[in-house]
Amino acid sequence: MSSTDTQIMITLRIWRGDANGGKFEDYRTPVAEGMVVLDAVHRVQAEQANDMAVRWNCKAGKCGSCSAEINGKPGLMCMTQLTHLPLDEPITIEPMRAFPRVKDLVTDVSWNYRVKKRIKPFKPRKPDASDGTWRMGQADVDRVQEFRKCIECFLCQDVCHVLRDHHLHEEFIGPRFLVHIAALEMHPLDTEDRLPELKEANGIGYCNITKCCTKVCPEHITITDNAIIPLKERVVDEYYDPLTRLWRLVWPKKNPNDV
Amino acid sequence: MSEARMSLPVARGFGETTRRDKWWVTPLVVFLGLSAFIVYSTWAAFQGKHYTHGPYLSPFYSPELWGESPHAWFGPRPSWWPGWLIFSPALLILWMPGGLRVTCYYYRGAYYKAFWADPPSCAVGEPRKSYWGENKWPLLIQNIHRYFLYIAIVFIFLLAHDAWKAMWFTDPVTRSTSFGIGLGTLVLTVNVALLGGFTFGCHAFRHLIGGKLDQLSTAKIRKPLYDCSSCLNRSHMAWAWISLFWVAFSDVYVRLCSMGIWKDWRII
Ligand code: SF4
Ligand code: SF4
Ligand code: FES
Ligand code: FES
Repeated sequence: MSSTDTQIMITLRIWRGDANGGKFEDYRTPVAEGMVVLDAVHRVQAEQANDMAVRWNCKAGKCGSCSAEINGKPGLMCMTQLTHLPLDEPITIEPMRAFPRVKDLVTDVSWNYRVKKRIKPFKPRKPDASDGTWRMGQADVDRVQEFRKCIECFLCQDVCHVLRDHHLHEEFIGPRFLVHIAALEMHPLDTEDRLPELKEANGIGYCNITKCCTKVCPEHITITDNAIIPLKERVVDEYYDPLTRLWRLVWPKKNPNDV
Repeated sequence: MSEARMSLPVARGFGETTRRDKWWVTPLVVFLGLSAFIVYSTWAAFQGKHYTHGPYLSPFYSPELWGESPHAWFGPRPSWWPGWLIFSPALLILWMPGGLRVTCYYYRGAYYKAFWADPPSCAVGEPRKSYWGENKWPLLIQNIHRYFLYIAIVFIFLLAHDAWKAMWFTDPVTRSTSFGIGLGTLVLTVNVALLGGFTFGCHAFRHLIGGKLDQLSTAKIRKPLYDCSSCLNRSHMAWAWISLFWVAFSDVYVRLCSMGIWKDWRII
């Protein structure tokens, strides 16, 4: 923190409570240039509210632990500069709304881990290069590389109205796992077919492409345009387009990697 | 999934949010922009006149299958057309490009928000509890999108042909035809270019041309086509709006010239 004379007083309006309920409480705290929201929250925790629960780890936007809603927008507390917020009014900080609340800013995101376990893992084709491994085109790897940047902050899950407002956690796996499936399904070596469950159990049809997930992703993954819509198009190929179905009858797929 | 429902915070009511910004501006602009287009295009389609001027044909009326102008493919209104049913060449074809836009992935996301508040904006409470998105009927029909794409690609060629024909002017006295460029020629040429940018950046086109392949790098022709489509696709929203505005403006231009309110400016 820079010298104390450049500090200003701000108000953090932090949600305090647990699964049974809670409310916003105001904390006045000094902040200086360069501080992020997480710094201010830590200062409040150290000086005024020792019992306040907040999850964090890397403070570098890479562990995905400090997800919260800042002035109503899902974001990483450690990557949100205070100077980018209007400091003359209280800054609201609240836990994510798409997951059960544990305490204060901490939510139980374990549903995501259970969903991930259900997704069929990577299944490469048999090694076909002379050295007993594989060769892949750089461009093909680049396409899935975007999806592998995910830090599992679950902000996209939080903002997605299918989970957040409609609570369809049992019917829809959410944007994070559609990104995960896209990374596997579009992988040049993968031979697994995940389209049946994508359409049914994973509920890709629930996504109405409103792109809120793309807007909040701290890794700037183009979730809707590059992962979800291409998967929706693959589902159309397989289940809704009579012409591709007819084509398949005449020329059946040899393996799922083929067109 | 067979796990018990989790205990989640109660969903917020309609319009409820802790967002501080003007979240309602974008959906409002989308609502007004799309409504203005729907109102104007419907009005223009029902007019059935003032859709040509010299070699120009309004894109709302192209292709003119039957009609009174020299652009008509099969001559005037067919005799079997019921007398009580309103006739306009635009009504016969406008559902095709209209269908592309209604089922377009960008517009879908935009009008679900602006017209149906599903959600009104990101992280803002919704008016309805029930939701099935595009998982069931009626919105399952959106999966038809690629068929409208096929039609739209044909329309690009038809409109390109109109732009070409808009370069050949007939002298009213000698009846001879000569090459020329008027402001209307430019308007119609820009129109087909913008519609091309929109159509070939379509998500379904991007998928069919190459996106469906996992080993795209070995596809000699489809890889560069996919890259071109991806490049257009990155600004699909911008193409959608600009081409929407321009196609309406093209109709306005031809209409006002035909009515004698504007005078076409002959450049060459
Ligand atoms: S685009 Fe789909 S997955 Fe992303 S927030 Fe919207 S509904 Fe959810
Ligand atoms: S896709 Fe983006 S927003 Fe979603 S969990 Fe991964 S990093 Fe977070
Ligand atoms: S603390 Fe690791 S992402 Fe914020
Ligand atoms: S035209 Fe927009 S996605 Fe096809």
